[in-house]
Amino acid sequence: MRRFISIVIVFGLIMFFINTLSLLPKYGSVNISKVSEAYIDKNVNGNGGNVKYNESESLENGAANVVTSIVVDYRSFDTLGEVTVLFTAALGVSLVLNGIRRKKYGRRPNFILRVSVGILLPLIILFGTYIFIHGHLTPGGGFPGGTIIAAGILLLYLSNEEFDLSKTPKFVEGISGSLYIVTGLVGLAIAGVFLINFLPTGIVGDLFSAGIVPIVYILIGFKVGAELSGIVADLHREG
Amino acid sequence: MTGVTIFVGILIIISAIFAVEAKKMLDSFIALSLMSLLTVFLFVIMKAPDVAITEAAVGAGLATAVLVLALNKMGGDSQ
Repeated sequence: MRRFISIVIVFGLIMFFINTLSLLPKYGSVNISKVSEAYIDKNVNGNGGNVKYNESESLENGAANVVTSIVVDYRSFDTLGEVTVLFTAALGVSLVLNGIRRKKYGRRPNFILRVSVGILLPLIILFGTYIFIHGHLTPGGGFPGGTIIAAGILLLYLSNEEFDLSKTPKFVEGISGSLYIVTGLVGLAIAGVFLINFLPTGIVGDLFSAGIVPIVYILIGFKVGAELSGIVADLHREG
Repeated sequence: MTGVTIFVGILIIISAIFAVEAKKMLDSFIALSLMSLLTVFLFVIMKAPDVAITEAAVGAGLATAVLVLALNKMGGDSQ
């Protein structure tokens, strides 16, 4: 009887999700409001004019999300400083809490946590990755995406007594942080300005658009995710 | 919509006062997390989805966990 009821509930949920998915608009074909049009139509020189979503090409900054275009393109040096602040905080945590062994809670995690982590963890990591890859199109970006991935790592720590991160996050963090600076230096070599958007910007609203904005946000996503996972790992060390 | 916004604002102030005045540290962390969560609602109403996503991930999610882990590492609640 219980099995029958659970099958009915699962079937109902599947039907609900299928119906909701068919209601969603197709990817990229949305009616954007007047405010969003004004946001897309941005130009430092003051003569943007007539920018159409999904049509206009080779704009000054091709990102559809105006916040991202400011954070990663117009004020990218500011973001470099912000990333450095986060790095300093993570460095401080690992200097204060320099443990060797992983701390054990000494009790078996409860059933719901153990089972639901197996189902939810891939979805959480996928969602975090989606947030930072689509940073130039939808709200979000490297910082929240990395934080969501670190929350997934925290869930792994809580549900599994044996799990422990190795030195990999430190390498990932160092490499992606250096690549961010290398991107800036390439801009300096090609166009003469540090961190300039030197790649072609493509069509507004495409996944592959906006020049270096998605590249930098993917690097920031990896860096922040590895850093915050490192903080969670350091808090679980002792000895 | 204005009434809901004012109600959420009052809830934010109440949870902030509770976070400061609570006797136990853990209660204070939970109140802080609740405050972040309600702030996310206000950010969404004020059309700032970027900040809302960041606040939900950092303020309500990871910061609370890090605070509780640090409390655990300090050896429980001391007044």
